[in-house]
Amino acid sequence: MPDSSSAVRVAGLSKVFRVPEREAGLLAAAKSLVRRRTRDVCAVDAISFEIGAGEVVGFLGPNGAGKTTTLKMLSGLLYPSSGDATVLGHRPSQREREFLRQITLVMGNRNQLQWDLPALDSFELNRAIYRIPRNDFRPVRDELVELLDVGDLVRKPVRNLSLGERMKVEIVGALLHRPRVLFLDEPTIGLDVTMQRRIRTFLAEYNQRYGATVLLTSHYMADVEALCKRVIVIHHGRILFDGQLAALADRFAAYKTIEAVVGDGERISLRVPRNETSQATARLLADHEVHDLTVEDPPIEDVIELVFARESAE
Amino acid sequence: MSAVPLQQENRVRAFAEFYLATARAAIAVQFQYRTANYFYMLGMVAEPVIYLVVWSSVARSSGGAVNGITAGEFAAYYIVWTLVRNMNVVFGAPFWEWRIREGELSGQLLRPLHPLHHDVAYFGGWKVVNIVLWLPIAAALTAIFHPTVHPSALQIGVFCVAIWGAYLVRTMFQSNVGMLNFWTTRGAAAFDLYMATELLLSGRLVPLKLMPGWVQTLANFLPFKWTFYFPIESLVGDLSTRDLLVGLGAQALWVLIGLALLRFTWRAAIKRFSAVGG
Repeated sequence: MPDSSSAVRVAGLSKVFRVPEREAGLLAAAKSLVRRRTRDVCAVDAISFEIGAGEVVGFLGPNGAGKTTTLKMLSGLLYPSSGDATVLGHRPSQREREFLRQITLVMGNRNQLQWDLPALDSFELNRAIYRIPRNDFRPVRDELVELLDVGDLVRKPVRNLSLGERMKVEIVGALLHRPRVLFLDEPTIGLDVTMQRRIRTFLAEYNQRYGATVLLTSHYMADVEALCKRVIVIHHGRILFDGQLAALADRFAAYKTIEAVVGDGERISLRVPRNETSQATARLLADHEVHDLTVEDPPIEDVIELVFARESAE
Repeated sequence: MSAVPLQQENRVRAFAEFYLATARAAIAVQFQYRTANYFYMLGMVAEPVIYLVVWSSVARSSGGAVNGITAGEFAAYYIVWTLVRNMNVVFGAPFWEWRIREGELSGQLLRPLHPLHHDVAYFGGWKVVNIVLWLPIAAALTAIFHPTVHPSALQIGVFCVAIWGAYLVRTMFQSNVGMLNFWTTRGAAAFDLYMATELLLSGRLVPLKLMPGWVQTLANFLPFKWTFYFPIESLVGDLSTRDLLVGLGAQALWVLIGLALLRFTWRAAIKRFSAVGG
């Protein structure tokens, strides 16, 4: 686990939203004029974790788990209800300029570029906003444009780009100031498989080239498997698991899958309890002529589902 | 690794560069929507033309003037009004409601710059386009209504500054009203109240000279007059050099008051931001 080189430290961080509520209907509407009823919703409940500099961490959870709220608190958009967070030694809630210059938050469903103008104009605006010297700006921009292969897109008005194209130029815009910490909220949402892969490859390359710290949320396990060795699983605002992705299955999956090709080419698949895997494999090898054999953990999607199901049952 | 190094220039130059880049982007966007803009501006002319026709008729039926204002002077007042009104369109309270609801604010809060800078710079660029588009409208209104106006060089100079002063005063106070959106989803109601007060005390509805004495006195101590009546009168009225300079000073003072108030309200508001729209 990270220590003094931590880029992100979170200790007992909570966010409570006070939301108004009332029953449906005219009478309830009239009553709410006199007495407004509210309910406190704890979106993030005293979570703690650390992320080391240069680490890429997957932040997983179902809708409404508290992932985006956490990212928003870490990027200074939301003021925490309690607890503490530091990113690169800064308290995000204080929104210092030096902090904001070193981070970025990319949200897959949001557009932060000028809608009516070519992305190049927005890039130029970002250059002025982040006070990037011209000599540094051009090579960084050109490098990002090349890495994401958007050379022919940046001259079109953003409104004329497809969702995937827009996401790519959006990422270029968000990284022009070469942030040291990237908060990525479902950056591949709604994109086709090819585009998802392209963005994944780019993010891996960016992380390797610049040693940037990345906290990524995604519902696509392919993103997580390709980019993150470590995952943090959050549900109902609480952290259920924080560790290596490989260890997630060890802890939560009760079974393994044995796939084998036996006899005259018959393919069989067995689901066996985790602690009986070696005996089952030995018996299979002893009883059958085995041409091919693999022992696998269940798919990560199934493991995550198990985690959530277990927590809900508890 | 480190972020791209900060531009080692003075802050004023960095801000100037940001303002220019944002204004350029705004101008580019406005030129893309030039036809829609023109129709929008023509629509805005309807209001002063109605006032102008009414007051010109009243002046003529009252022997040529109302409270000493002739039909030609009314024409001058309301033709200049059309430009001042366009300069006074700012990123106001309803826009704050929209930017919070649509998640636009989240993107702006990620920048190492207060959103107010964006608002002032962006609408500043828009005004440049407005002024260019206004010139033919003013020419047409002049041909139709024959305004009486003989400004001195000083008046023209003060007017050029005063329309930007009006823009800044209104930006500050509209932004302050916009802060209410952090506490309520119905900030528009407060905006309506602001607009009604402004209508009466700014010289937008009628020249303040035609209002009762106590209203004129009250208007001296509120920001509204300095966003409409003063810039218009600085060009078409008979203000002394002292009045012109006092007017510019009053605008500067209201900008500072609005800014100080905004610093205070912003600090409280941002803690309540729930980023619901994204």
